[in-house]
Amino acid sequence: MSPAELFSLPFMQRALIAALFTGLAAPAIGTYLVQRRLALMGDGIGHVAVTGVAIGLLTGWSPTWTAVLVAAAGAIAIEVIRERGHTNGDVALALLFYGGLAGGVLLTGIGGQSASRLQEYLFGSLLTIGISDVIVTMVLATVVVVVALGLAPQLFAVSHDREFARVAGLDVRVYNLLVAVLAAVTVTVAMRTVGLLLVSALMVVPVATAQQVSRSFRATLVGAMVLGLVASVGGLALAAVASYRVNVAPGPSIVLLALAMFAVTWPVGVWLRHRSRRVAPFADEPLGHEVSDDHDHREHDHGPDCGHLAVPHDDHVDYVHDGHRHAKHGAHYDEH
Amino acid sequence: MRLSPVEVSDGAVAIGGRPVLRGIDLTVAPGEFLALMGPNGSGKSTLVRAMTGLRPLSRGQVTLFGTPLAEFRDWRRVGFVPQRSSAESGVPASVWETVSAGRLTRRRLLRPLGAADRRAITSALELVGLADRARDGVGTLSGGQQQRVLIARALAGEPELFLLDEPTAGVDALNQRALADALRGLKDLGATVVLVAHELGPIAPLVDRAVVMRDGRIEHDGELREQDLSHHDHHHRRAGAGAHALRVSAPLDGLAGGPAEGRRP
Ligand SMILES: Nc1ncnc2c1ncn2[C@@H]1O[C@H](COP(=O)(O)OP(=O)(O)OP(=O)(O)O)[C@@H](O)[C@H]1O
Ligand SMILES: [Mg+2]
Repeated sequence: MSPAELFSLPFMQRALIAALFTGLAAPAIGTYLVQRRLALMGDGIGHVAVTGVAIGLLTGWSPTWTAVLVAAAGAIAIEVIRERGHTNGDVALALLFYGGLAGGVLLTGIGGQSASRLQEYLFGSLLTIGISDVIVTMVLATVVVVVALGLAPQLFAVSHDREFARVAGLDVRVYNLLVAVLAAVTVTVAMRTVGLLLVSALMVVPVATAQQVSRSFRATLVGAMVLGLVASVGGLALAAVASYRVNVAPGPSIVLLALAMFAVTWPVGVWLRHRSRRVAPFADEPLGHEVSDDHDHREHDHGPDCGHLAVPHDDHVDYVHDGHRHAKHGAHYDEH
Repeated sequence: MRLSPVEVSDGAVAIGGRPVLRGIDLTVAPGEFLALMGPNGSGKSTLVRAMTGLRPLSRGQVTLFGTPLAEFRDWRRVGFVPQRSSAESGVPASVWETVSAGRLTRRRLLRPLGAADRRAITSALELVGLADRARDGVGTLSGGQQQRVLIARALAGEPELFLLDEPTAGVDALNQRALADALRGLKDLGATVVLVAHELGPIAPLVDRAVVMRDGRIEHDGELREQDLSHHDHHHRRAGAGAHALRVSAPLDGLAGGPAEGRRP
């Protein structure tokens, strides 16, 4: 079967649509989690959602909806514990995480479901996404993206400086709970593509990648969404193509592709930060008139094409070389 | 008569059971420029935070523009500059984005920034001298520049009442003068200012009323006194040689006019 035929199969198209929406929604809400330094919250919610899935499997209700409910309840509990600021808040969170995971596995056993049924949710499953799953994914992911972008000024302010946001009249608690519930929805949306145990990676890794090269929140948010889209659709395609030879689950391939993009961007980020520090204009310093005399400039005239870094300094340009800042002054150069 | 922008009556604050503020009665008149002074830990920040509702009172009450704090909703009238930003951001934010948060009191949900918002943000950035850094990440600025970003954020909301907690800490002399000019402009427009400062510097001429705190109580309320101006001098100013030496007053000191402290350049 050629790749073209493979991608025209209905189940493959359903999976691609799910991956596309998930790839956009997960980093959108992930940006706010990273901003509040809650990068692992998605992981915690994912663990709690396992119990939700198990309840669905046990009762015969839709595992997606039971997972949404239980994950949202877990996310709200995490947010409340965080807000109360208990000294051992992280221990309470850990109890919730492992309680969720253990409860899910236990319930699945009681229900007599085979482990493979739960595994579909833990690591994602391409083949089992039905048409109704795709529609639910599309609707929920759209809600997440619309809220994350539409309320961006408010959500940004609340996560950026909680106290200022309160004095600006924003209801900080409502916005925090909104982010928590949206994160829970995102986790359940993503569980069919990347799986509950890897969903947090899709929420966090594209954000970490985007902020290597961005200076603003908005650029980080939009960049992370684009990267998430590329990672999830690309990872799914890679997994599908590779499945001719070996059995590759899409979840791991999506996450590994996202990590590869981070690895590629990291040196770029280091270089960009280095460069922006060097080309920042030199300001607020009195101009010295210390004639440069430690080396000869007769063979070299600084100029636009001399190859040395040119940095604006007040009304003139300094040329940086070998740790010096040289500014032309008549026939000689001054040290600036 | 216009309502008092902020009024504290019989206010007390306890943090963790320990009384931090006691018996605070303070009525700020419209258009007044009030300097809140006092040593470290005397409760200045706590009082300002109580005025914003960030620190609940254990007794007494705060009213903003005649409305008790619990019912107050008109936050566009209040601008707050915290002593330290509670920002804990794990994602970069640009100067522009941070300052535009100051417009949230005036923006409705799901509306993009309007022309008036952009104008207010730009002019706030110009006032604090950071217009050319608008696109830079806040994290790449120096401490004093970040302080100026927080001032711009409050200015951008065009409030009537400014609550500024040590806005000039770590800001250089040139920018302190620029800030003083900005505050003078606000004062001329009729804004009310409550400003916490250890060293007033170029702001001193603007001050109508000084409130000095000590141990959670108001110790002095009235004119700006000479001793408050110079009280903290030697902690902050780079002392010249001998400035810390014990000074034995010479018989002629009194004749030269004023206390010795006041004459230090
Ligand atoms: N979060 C807190 N937890 C416990 N005690 C606090 C807290 N904040 C303030 N305090 C106490 O309240 C008292 C007043 O503090 P406050 O911050 O109001 O002082 P300040 O006058 O603003 O001092 P500074 O000049 O250092 O800013 C101090 O004794 C301090 O120990
Ligand atoms: Mg203080």
